[in-house]
Order: sequence, then structure tokens, then C-alpha cells
Amino acid sequence: MPRRPDLESICLIGSGPIVIGQACEFDYAGSQALKVLRAEGYRTIVVNSNPATIMTDPGFADRTYLEPLDVEGLAGVLERERPDALLPTLGGQTALNLARRLAQDGVLADLGVELVGAGFDAICRAEDRGLFRRTMESVGLRVPESRVVTSLAEAPDDLAFPVILRPAFTLGGHGGGTATTPAELERLLERGLAESPVGQVLVEESLVGWDEFELEVMRDARDNVVVVCSIENLDPMGVHTGDSVTVAPQMTLPDEAFQELRDAAARVIRAVGVETGGSNIQFARERETGELRVIEMNPRVSRSSALASKATGYPIAKVAAKLAVGYTLDEIPNDLTRTTPASFEPTLDYVVVKFPRFAFEKFPGADETLGTQMKSVGEAMGIGRTFTEAFLKAMRSRELEGGAEAPWAGLDDLPEGVHPWFRVELKRARELVRSTRAASDLVADDWLRLKRAGWADADLAAAWETSEEAVRAARRSWGVRPAYRRVDSCAAEVAAESNYLYSTWGEEDEGRPARGRPRVVILGSGPNRIGQGIEFDYCCVHAAQTFGALGFETVMVNCNPETVSTDYDTSDRLYFEPLRAEEVGEICDRESPVGVVAQFGGQTPLKLARAVEAAGHRILGTPSEAVDLAEDRERFAGLCGRLGVAVPPWGVAEDAAGAVAVAEEVGYPVLVRPSYVLGGRRMRVCYRPEDVAAAAEGAGHVLVDRFLEGAVELDVDALCDGEETWVAAVMEHVEEAGVHSGDSSCALPPVGVGPEVVAECEEVVRSLAPALGVVGLVNVQLALHGGRLYVLEANPRASRTVPFASKALGVNLVEAACRLIAGSRLADLEVPRGQTPGHVSVKASVFPFARFPGADAVLGPEMRSTGEVMATAADFPSAFARAERAAGRPLPAGGTAFLSVRDADKPAAVELGRRLDALGFSLCATGGTAAALAGAGLAVARIRKVTEAGDGATVVDLIRRKRVELVVNTPDGRGARSDGYLIREAALLARVPCVTTLAGAAAAVEAIARATRGETLSLQERVARPA
Amino acid sequence: MSGFLVLEDGSVFRGRSSGALGVAHGEAVFTTAMTGYQEIVTDPSYAEQLVAFTAPMVGNYGVSPQRSESARPQARAVLMRRATGEDWPRWLQAQGIVALEEVDTRALVVRLRERGAMRAAAVAGAASVEEVLAAVRAQASMAGRALVAGVSTPEPYRVGRGPTPVAILDYGCKRSIVERLAASGVEATVWPHDIDAGTLLASRPAGVLLSNGPGDPAALPAHVEVVRELLGRVPLLGICLGHQLLALAAGLETFKLPFGHRGANHPVLELATSRVLVTSQNHGFAVRGDGPEVTHVSLYDGTVEGLALPDRRARSLQFHPEAGPGPHDAWPEIEAWVEEIRYAQAA
Repeated sequence: MPRRPDLESICLIGSGPIVIGQACEFDYAGSQALKVLRAEGYRTIVVNSNPATIMTDPGFADRTYLEPLDVEGLAGVLERERPDALLPTLGGQTALNLARRLAQDGVLADLGVELVGAGFDAICRAEDRGLFRRTMESVGLRVPESRVVTSLAEAPDDLAFPVILRPAFTLGGHGGGTATTPAELERLLERGLAESPVGQVLVEESLVGWDEFELEVMRDARDNVVVVCSIENLDPMGVHTGDSVTVAPQMTLPDEAFQELRDAAARVIRAVGVETGGSNIQFARERETGELRVIEMNPRVSRSSALASKATGYPIAKVAAKLAVGYTLDEIPNDLTRTTPASFEPTLDYVVVKFPRFAFEKFPGADETLGTQMKSVGEAMGIGRTFTEAFLKAMRSRELEGGAEAPWAGLDDLPEGVHPWFRVELKRARELVRSTRAASDLVADDWLRLKRAGWADADLAAAWETSEEAVRAARRSWGVRPAYRRVDSCAAEVAAESNYLYSTWGEEDEGRPARGRPRVVILGSGPNRIGQGIEFDYCCVHAAQTFGALGFETVMVNCNPETVSTDYDTSDRLYFEPLRAEEVGEICDRESPVGVVAQFGGQTPLKLARAVEAAGHRILGTPSEAVDLAEDRERFAGLCGRLGVAVPPWGVAEDAAGAVAVAEEVGYPVLVRPSYVLGGRRMRVCYRPEDVAAAAEGAGHVLVDRFLEGAVELDVDALCDGEETWVAAVMEHVEEAGVHSGDSSCALPPVGVGPEVVAECEEVVRSLAPALGVVGLVNVQLALHGGRLYVLEANPRASRTVPFASKALGVNLVEAACRLIAGSRLADLEVPRGQTPGHVSVKASVFPFARFPGADAVLGPEMRSTGEVMATAADFPSAFARAERAAGRPLPAGGTAFLSVRDADKPAAVELGRRLDALGFSLCATGGTAAALAGAGLAVARIRKVTEAGDGATVVDLIRRKRVELVVNTPDGRGARSDGYLIREAALLARVPCVTTLAGAAAAVEAIARATRGETLSLQERVARPA
Repeated sequence: MSGFLVLEDGSVFRGRSSGALGVAHGEAVFTTAMTGYQEIVTDPSYAEQLVAFTAPMVGNYGVSPQRSESARPQARAVLMRRATGEDWPRWLQAQGIVALEEVDTRALVVRLRERGAMRAAAVAGAASVEEVLAAVRAQASMAGRALVAGVSTPEPYRVGRGPTPVAILDYGCKRSIVERLAASGVEATVWPHDIDAGTLLASRPAGVLLSNGPGDPAALPAHVEVVRELLGRVPLLGICLGHQLLALAAGLETFKLPFGHRGANHPVLELATSRVLVTSQNHGFAVRGDGPEVTHVSLYDGTVEGLALPDRRARSLQFHPEAGPGPHDAWPEIEAWVEEIRYAQAA
């Protein structure tokens, strides 16, 4: 069928900020879909609150709205734009839930907007557990048996043991467990009912230990169904698939068992009634009996479909978008082969393994046990011609920081329940290395055997206790180099000029790059982690686009399957490879680029820059020397001294005693951290010598800085051509110094500091950037303390704020940077210098605390946010209120405000209380804070702390019962299980806005007082309507 | 033990033995099916062929007697990137199949795709490449080869119970076809390939299924003649080779595909409904045709995938509706035919 002629405009919903379980895969899906829909001639409208997405770039849709993804935000856009259709299947669960609510509330019907992709009924059938069960049973399939229990008397006796208990509405399944006997069931049920704030426990048939499989299925309007990819989890049932190591295609099922899954998958998608598009269907299968359960189905594109797209080369989101507008699978050509249709199911002649990337080190105290709640923050994929080759590539692509704990740490320590086939293969690989002693013993065939099993030079160096370089040299002396293979979706059955490559060993190389245009290699940012996420992928994608437009051939290297950068459409050639010295070096040797672009992928490429240079390749733009200069504290402080730029007093120490000595010298409070950190890892603010000693203990080389308490932090993104500097954006943090810049909200332009401070910031950056040798982007963090401006750090690379700043300013900073890197001068660039936007943009962060019960939900020097949102309005309060809404923390208009602050904050809390009182809030507080407020003449109810004896409800009870609309709680540093901790945990659970800094609270109150609803405007309109 | 594959064009692919030692001559072909290695190797249509698997890991779930499509391996040799587990290599060895792993199967596929399926020999053990190559070049090409005599049943036998008697003409019939029929509630009699039309019709079948099988259909004029005699006198369903024989009997032509269709992912368009079937395929020859009798076409290269001659109560499918291995999308084709002949029988 041809495309639907009755539709003219289509609105697509994005997935909002990056959170655990919803990452850049939906930017990949959304941007693919937008490309397709525009090419089909539709007018496209996109709504997403996440500025770091490619899909929200102004060129990707006709109208781009950075609006909160709530009913109000969407309804506002739909009213303005009146699209014919809404496509909700490409923006994750967020978009699906939102579409469901818009349909339920009658918004879609009122505005005459049709849901395409998945209709309301299909969404309900997939999302409602009871309805899903009945739907599955109607086609002869089973779901895990379960009962909802609200009292001990209701303990089910008809479920086979073991059973799993899941108390409702507890964080991370807290209070749950597995019962194997009736007595155990009773005991756990009693506990679970008590733990659940609603007194409800789900008792479910346990499938722990069953094998888990996923199928990616597509269906078109003619009811054709194809299976794009099968995925097998190495971690069996019980571990969320997002936290599992997975392999594609499935490895252990014989044909008859696999076809049974395939048949079941087709029945599921038809029964649920997904009219067109992709679905992910998860199955549990008992290894011996073959018994099958349908675990869940997502009537939409998912994280697994991004993985499946990258694993097969089959662009699921692109095809789903075409199906949604009426095409059928036989009409859509396969991108890679061009001659076969989308109904040709991919067949793989390689193996793909995905590893999750965890960040437990960021959440001390959190339960690290893997379960049914996803906890990983990112993923890496490896492609190889054998299972172990793919497995080891993915494993090393994780880029674990030294000492970070993670499941699947090594081959000697495999989790329980892994299918024996995988164990045997991995054991074989391990024994191959064990059978060797030293590089000098090996001949070419031995090298090939090791490399074909998947071992990296670095692994062998570790096994033989030598250097990676020595291993590499020995290997190359035998002429053993990698070969590159194409991902073509058809196992070479059809000639495909695919530009999507991976390395292997001992095979023919295909598609050696032909001589032609000058080439650049762009190094990506690897798996998402806290502190390095989608923002850097955004920058890499723009780098590829810009260098392409400048006439270069672009080569992308990355290993993150979620991203837009690993879409083969993004660059001229894509190498899906680990971002490590060995692989990057081999790619550079093969490509002979004019240079390597390392400043857009965060710290990952910067760490590789030296190795790239040592291998004889050139780093384009800012040289790696500048990185050393900025990161070596001694050299950097020296440079600042010469330039007359102030830095906070500091010193270095080798041990705890030395750290205390430095602290005494620079003056308290101090900031103690290991000398090399990403995202503020292990940073501590210390007020006393014993704290310093504790923070420095065992950390090795530590930096001790004077901590500028209460300072206002400023973030600057600037462009430099080596001589001249353009300060593009000066952003002011909402939270005071001490909160990591990635976690702090920020405003552009600054709203709290005057133009003279902004001018001074610009001055400092203008002297610093060329002195560092920056060619391209630089980010400088400054602090205003006691009327004086200090430089905290400089990063000679694109920063996390670049996408936000680009969108707030309406200037593509990455594009400008790439032009400078390619040799242009600033003077040649058409950038709107000296112009401030006529509106205020606010960036706010979102946090995964709800996933990590046990970890304290406070802001501090260690970055813990996973993502961010952006909102723009005429003034700061309105933008801030909107940003908080977009971050899922809408500010209350009135009600009860609870305050509990540490002693040092009491005077400020009084001020805060006064303003809240004036706004009509009733106040309540615990002991000390209540006394302070009452002392100032404010009416305040005194509430009992949890740890205080007495009658009546505690503060936690009140929060749980939703008697409180706003919580302001500044931490007293006592940490786990303290009153403060319990308050914050309760607020998190009850979804009550909880502010943990005074500056944040002040901004919130300001926003409550002065925010106006304002106008809903698209990015395109803002650009067209300058100040 | 090392080994190699040599193609008639002189290209050599090195590997390591993971089966029986020896030299195996045949036509080198590849399959893109990701599961079903045992079914493939025991499928009689692979007679006198050396099968390369594009799936990189073969042997993962061992071997089970129920999965065999015939009583013995039919492919002459197996070429793999990696053979895994213990059971699979042991089985290959016990069955006397030459098998090589560590082969650059992707390079082999590209060669076959570009130059067509070729005569070849797989060697496990020491041998001179030149001598083996000379022997390869002396081999007969697959075009013109009549191979059904080597794979058909010597005696008729019966499978299944039911009121509807069906005759299967065994040109190398896969067990899955017999099983699908039996599952549809028919009583199937499997006849040797050289049975004459008269004997067959005398058994009064409600329908005759012309099975799959190896080799060049054009080299089987006597078989075509038998089909011609059956045509119009009894409902016919041809599968794969059976489809090609039916086409020849109906006056159409067959030709050799450059490298065939072998896999479990081939989309076929059913012209009457515009529905897509994802099918299991294994054929090196195809029917030429674009007339009204064509019911199915390949979405991969447009070749004929199905025919219908309604006035002569005959139809046929180039792909394998019985799967084994592969998707079950086309199972209903067999069920529908059984329904039809049952209806006709009742009428």
C-alpha cells in the first residue's frame, strides 16, 4: 500500500530526559523516524524536553518543542499545531503513557488527532497486566501466574513454589523476596504487607533460573509479520534484561524451539493488536521442559530494538515509521542491500554481545543485587565472528574505571545459571591464554588463535606481565593485523555496499577505503555512564555532519548501540569497535585520516589522544598537550598564575597525613579528591582534619582545594581558534558550589550575577583558552566567592552543556567548533557574537535515586544525575518552574511545606519560611528548624522526627500520606538511615518535590511566586523571533 | 588436523577438521539459516553438495535423532566458521562427513555469490591442492545431474492414519513433509521415485505430493513424464523439486540459479493476497515463468515461488512449506491442500 494520503502532519513524542531504562536509544529511534517522515513529505512536529537529543535539533522537524512531557505540555503543542496524527511508539514508555493519557482524557478526540503505530486499545492490552494475561490466554500462551494480596489471610495456596513477593510501591522492590515453603511465604508476606505503603503485595510464580529470550517483531497493515532479531540473555530470568549480558542471535535453541518462539511472538503481536511497527516480546523458557511464559511485550520501539537494529543493520525505527504511514514490509527497501525488501529477515554471520554498564560506585549504600528493576546506566556492544570474540569486545568496551565493582568482572567469575554452552566457550577462550607464557613463544598461527578468540593486546599484556605496546609490536612482527567485515543484514548473500564495519582476525578484509576525499576519524564516547552520556554523542553526530559538509569523508568509531552516532547513516563509515588504543590505532592505520577528532566524545577519546599520537596520527584541533596542561594541577595553576587568573588555594598530597597538612595550609573547608576523576568520583567536602584524613585514606595521590562555600558557580562554553576566543555561553548554576555542575540546575543567561561578572568571566576565558592551545571548544568552570572570581577547572573539549547552550542560543556550537578545527578562523564564522538571548533557558537534572534504595538522595560534589531537561521562558521563574515540571518534579502552588535544615542554614531557612508563608503555604518543621521559624514569629507546626520518641505522626508518616506538598531538607552529613535520609527517601517514594540545597529552595520559591504559564513556542519560532 | 576446500576456480579456503578425515567432492553451496544444522545436513536435497553455513557458530545444541530429515547425512561435507560442543563434531565424524571449521565462510560466500555455485572438494587431512583441484575439474557439474535415485526410498511405506489417502512421490522427501501431512490427519504412502503413474493411480490416492529432492529437474525426463500422466487425473502438490517437475510437465522451463536460495529467511509474496510468507528455501534450480499460473514470487530476486493449474487440480511451491528448519509461516499451505483434497474426496 502506498503512504497514507489523508495525513499531512504528524507529531512525534520523544522520551524526555535520560533515565535508567530510557536512554539515547529513543533519540536514535526518533531521529530516524523524523528523517523518514520528512522525506515522505509530512509536516513533522516533535516534542521532547531533552535538549541533548539530535531529534530536537531544529533541522530535524518542521516544529521542535522543548516542552515538559506531561499532558499539559503535549496538549499545548497539539492545540497549536493541530497535527493529523500522533506517533507514540518511538519515545519509549514515556511517550506511550502520555499518548494513553491524552487519549483517556479526550484530548486527542477533541483535537481530532489520530494515534498511529499503536492504537489506544493495543496500548492498554500490552500495559494492563490483567488485560495482557487474558489476551495471551486467548491465543494459547501463558504469562507468569500471580495474585495481588492485601492481607495474610489471602496468601495464595494455588501457586507452585518458589514464589516471588513484590510489595507494591516500595523502592527497588524493597521488602520483597522469594519463598520456597508456605511458612516462608507467610513470614515474607507479613513483612511485605508492612513495608508496602498501600499494604499490597504481588505474589508471583517464580521463573528464576529459566532462560530468557527476546524477539524483535515487525508487523504491517497487511498483517505481515517478520522477526528482525532474536536475543538471548546470558543472565537467566530474575535479572532485568537491561542489566543482563545478552547475545544475538540466540545461541542455544534448536530450530524447533526457536520456531515455537517465533510463532508465539507472531501470535502476541497480532493478539495485542499492534497495527504497524515494531514490538519487543520477552519470553521465559524452562531449559529442560521447554515450558514457555510471555513475560512482557512492548507495543513500541524499545531499548532492545535499538540493540537489534545495531546488531542486524535493520533500521527498526525507520521501518516502523514507514509502516505507520501505510507502507507494507514488502514495499520498503532494505537500506543496506537496497535490492531486498524489509520483509527479508536479517541473517547474521557474526555474533553480537551486549554488556550493561553499571555505576554503583556513585551510590554508596545502594543494594547492588541485580533483580527485576533495571540498575545499569548504559551499555556497550561487541561484534565478532565468534561468540567469545564478541563477548570479550563488549566486555572491554565497558571502560570500567579502576576498582569499580561490576557483575561479570572476569571470565573466572561467571554468574550462576549461565547456560553451559556459554560456559564452555568462555572456558575455551580462557584456556587459550593460559596455555601461553610469553609473546616470544608465539608464531603467527598462535597469535591468530588468540586474537580470533577475542583477546585484546592489553589482555595478553596483563596475562604475560608485559606492556600492551610490547605485545602489539610482537604481534605485528608476525604480520597479524585485523580484517574488517561488513554488517550487511544478509550474511553476504546479497552484494551490499554497507558502510558498517567490525574487526575480526584471519579473514579476508572487505571494503578497504578507497582513496578520495580527505578523511577524519571521530572518536565517540562509548557506553553511557553518569558524567558521560548522550550530550557527547550529540556532539559527535554534529561533528560527523559538519565534517561531511566541509568535504571530508567521516569515519565514526563507537561501541554504544543506543546512539545516533552508531547509526550507519550518520557517517561515511562506521566502525563498531571498542574505544581502546588497540582498536582505534588499527582503524587509524587502515583509514590514514588527515586527523582524528577527539574533543567531542567526553573523556574517553581524550584518554586515547596520546596513544593515537604515539601511533603516528594527528589529533585535529586542540592538541593532547592542552589536555595535559589543563589536567595537571601544578601546570594549570602555574598557567593561571602567569595569566593573573585566580584559582582557589590548593595543594597535593600522597597520603592522609599530607592531605591534612595541606588542608591546614589552604584553610577549611576543603575539597578532597583523587587527582584524576570523572564526574566528581570520590570527591568530598571536608570541614575537619579527621574528615580530610578519612577522605584521603587509600586514595593515593590526592588534590586538596580550598572549598569556596556558598560560592556561585558559573559554567562557560567557548570557542577558540588558537588565538581568538568567542565566549558563547555563560551559565549560572542555581545550586551553590559543592553541587556537581552536572547535577546543578543552570540558567542561561545568568540571572543572579551582574553583567560585570559575566564580562569578567569572558575576560578570564579569553585569556585562558588560547594559552591552553584550544582550537575548538573549551569549557571553563568558575566560582564567584566573596566578590572574587576563581577558575575551578578548564576542559579543553566539548562539555555536557554544549547541546543545551546551542539550543538556548540558537547557534550550533559543535558545527562552529568543527569549522575551527578544519582551519577556519573565528572571524570567518558567522556567529552572533555579543548578543544575549531575549529569553531565559533553564537546564535541570534528573536523578535515579528511586532505583537505588539505600543511597542517600542528596546533591553533592559527586555527579549522580543521569539526564537533563531544558525549558525556556521569558523570565527565570517561569523557565525554572517549567524545567522542574519537565524533570518530573512539578512545583506545588500551595499547601504544606516541610522544612528541616542543618544549623548553619537556619537563618536562611527563616527567610525561606517567610516567603512560603507569604505565598500561603502552611509550614511544618522538626525541632530545631521549627524553633528557628517560630522564633522569627512564623506560624509553624512542629513535627516529630522518626528517631524522636513521642506520639503522633512522624514527618515520614506525613510525607507518605501526602500531607506535605514541598520538602526542603538540607543534609547534615550524617548519611545513611539518619532522619534526613528517611525524610528524603519518603519524599522520593511519595513523589513529593524535595529540595536539598538552600539555593535550590530559593529558586523553587521564586518560581512558585512568579512563574507564569507563558507561551508555548517552538525552537524555530524562537530563532525567527530574536530579542 | 588441518584441511582445505578447493573450488573449481582454484580458490582455496583453509580450515581445521572437525569431522571425518578424507576427501569429499561435490557442489559448494551455502545456507543462511541460523538454526537447523542437523536438519540441513540430513536433507536429501543437499545430496552431493558441500554445505557452508553462514551462521558462525554451528553445533551449539548438539544432535538429536528426531531432528534428522532422513536416515543419514546427505551433504558430502560441512564448512563452518566454528563448530561448537562435543556432540556435533563427534556425530559428523561418526557419520563419515568431512567437516572443516575455522573456514573464512564469509569470503567463501562472496566467492560463490560472485561466481556461482561451483564444483569443489573438501579435504580433511593431508593432500595436494593441485591433485584435488584436478579431480574437482574432472567432476560432473550439478547442471544435468539426476540424483533422485540415490536418495529415494527403495520400497513404499505408509505413515499416519486417517480417512484421506495421500501418495508421496519420494524424490528425496524430507521427513518434515511426511510429518506435516500426517499431522493434518492423512494416511500417507511414500512411493519410490520411479513408480509409474498407473500403479500410483491404482492405489486411489486423494492427492499426490511430489516431494523435494536433489539435482537438476531437467535431467529427469522420465519423472516429468510420470507427472504429466498424473496431471489432471489426481490433485497434485509439488514442493521444491516436485514443483519444478510439475512445471516441466506443464510445459514450463527450469534453469539453474547462479548460487541458489538456501536459508530460512526468504520472503515470498503470495500474489492473490499480497501477503508475505517468510520461508525456508533450498534450491539451486528454478522455474521460468511470468504467466497467470504463477501464484508466488520471491521478494528476493523475483523468481517463481509457486504455481497453480486449477483446471488440472495441481499446484506447487518452490519453497519448503514444511519448514524443518525454518519459519512455519507456510504450514497452512499444506493444511489447505489437505483440506481441499479431503473436500474433493467427499464431493
